[in-house]
Amino acid sequence: MRRKESPGVTFVPVTEYAVQAEGLVKEFGDVKALNGIDLVVPRGKVVGLLGPNGSGKTTTVRILATLLKATSGSAQVNGFDVQRQADDVRRSIGLTGQYAAVDEFLTGRENLTMFGGLFHLEKNYVASRSDELLHKFDLADAADRPAKTYSGGMRRRLDLAASLIAKPGILFLDEPTTGLDPRSRIGLWDVISELVFEGTTVLLTTQYLDEADQLADDIVVIDQGQVIAHGTSSELKDQIGGDRIEITLDDEQSAARAIDALSGVVSGEPTTEGAQYSAPVAGGSSVLIDAVRALDARNVSVADIALRRPTLDDVFLAMTGHGAEDQQPERPEPSRRGRRGGR
Amino acid sequence: MSAPGVQSRRPVLGWTIHDSLIIARSTITASFRIPEALFFQLIQPVIFVLLFAFVFGGAIPIPGAEPGSEGDPSLYREYLMPGIFGQTVAFAAAASTVGLAEAMQRGIIDRYRALPMSQPAVLIGNTFANALRQVLVLTVLSITGYIVGWRINDGIVNAILAYLLLLLFAYTVTWVGAYVGLSVPNTETANTAGLIWIFPLTFLSNAFVPITALPTWLQYFAAFNPISALVQATRELFGNPTGAPTDYWTLNNAALYTVISCVVIIAIFAPLAVRKYRTAARK
Repeated sequence: MRRKESPGVTFVPVTEYAVQAEGLVKEFGDVKALNGIDLVVPRGKVVGLLGPNGSGKTTTVRILATLLKATSGSAQVNGFDVQRQADDVRRSIGLTGQYAAVDEFLTGRENLTMFGGLFHLEKNYVASRSDELLHKFDLADAADRPAKTYSGGMRRRLDLAASLIAKPGILFLDEPTTGLDPRSRIGLWDVISELVFEGTTVLLTTQYLDEADQLADDIVVIDQGQVIAHGTSSELKDQIGGDRIEITLDDEQSAARAIDALSGVVSGEPTTEGAQYSAPVAGGSSVLIDAVRALDARNVSVADIALRRPTLDDVFLAMTGHGAEDQQPERPEPSRRGRRGGR
Repeated sequence: MSAPGVQSRRPVLGWTIHDSLIIARSTITASFRIPEALFFQLIQPVIFVLLFAFVFGGAIPIPGAEPGSEGDPSLYREYLMPGIFGQTVAFAAAASTVGLAEAMQRGIIDRYRALPMSQPAVLIGNTFANALRQVLVLTVLSITGYIVGWRINDGIVNAILAYLLLLLFAYTVTWVGAYVGLSVPNTETANTAGLIWIFPLTFLSNAFVPITALPTWLQYFAAFNPISALVQATRELFGNPTGAPTDYWTLNNAALYTVISCVVIIAIFAPLAVRKYRTAARK
């Protein structure tokens, strides 16, 4: 048995949900950071908690990871109450925050050894598990160098490795790729995908829509401490309409002819602005071929034509009236900021 | 509180010691990875020894010394060294202040707090490591003192007691340092706040001048300042000159008062620091 304190069979409560939260409210003084968050994460799934800065994502994760006490509401992680059974929750989870929380003067291996020891795991287990993680996260060559010599991506991978030392079934990732360059980001996504493939349940917070799109089975959109939407990526996209065809015409004069030519192809009312044409379509990418043929038949020349699937950014704009990456004021304000446009 | 099926866990105290030792070992290992910091931590008291020994050397009279020897620089150096020892161990607090403020700012404290470990162990380990590091500092300081003429005059047993008293005091102030480190908003503040209270505390004592040289109201403060008692006790145990006797109970029972002060300070600041730690949020 790898846990010193549990030589017997480790009790795993059988609950459908790895994480279950009801009506979480958190007040900091007179600021309401969470205003009744309900959340479930089914076992083996990835749920993305999506929202702008200050929307309450991190506060939610900190409550679930036993770092903060909720003002009211209840939450269970792995079947354990986060307030009354904090130690059992802590044994069930791994937490990777927004910052690489490792000791930068210790080597990668020393960090893992330390955290393994603090998890009360046996030395031999920690040694072999550290090796395994260092190889898996491509840190084997740097294992015996102080972490302060690591690149940003390497530190995040070490940080993630540290939260995985005890093979937790549930992983909280709080903005795991914030501040990383695109290559490191994709590298970290691969690592996370692999963990999920192996059966880890993940609750991920992010303000990057493509990240939620890429990793999450289910997305919970929160804004100003409340859940404003919930569903799979495609369900959320369907809520604001399906695909659109977007065409840049060679000249503005042909706009009228284009509308006419495509009237049998598109599925809804088109909009034009100068040489830009946009309309909702149904039927997938074959629509593009039909559109090109129809335009060609009417001698409308085209600079660019594309089928655009709505992004979660569109979802966010449609639901909150502001873009996902707009900075939110700390205190909720009645007036919404104007839209800043797409990414 | 444990889940059914989880058996034969260590008693809480066992885990606390286990986890504290892990934290202490990591803290010490990390401190040796920053040779510059270690160097400056060692060089600062050495500079103090040299400054006081050679700059103030003959200028500060030690009352109560043998007639004719007053103003003898070697006498002041013997008087001075326990003062420097006391001042140096007081600065052990700063290491805990800065270390914990940094750990908090970098988010490591969050990670510790999400582990199923003994939570006070983070502070016990950190303070223990910073006090233990004073062994090295005291060694370097003792050698420097020996070179400038300081001697251990009252036997090895008393000398060991003197060093133990200094280490106890170091451990005590690291708890104050830990509390300050967890209370400041960032590491920049920690760098200042970690030191600002130690300077007046060490100078308003008998560390460098006999307290009889201070104005009466300051004398009163200095007499109850635990650093004075520590330095007085250390002087007695090393067999160094102590200056003229005073009427203060705290100085006439210096070792006892030092131990009482340490116990009281730990009893106040350890629970305060642990409570601060439990509610600490990454800043």
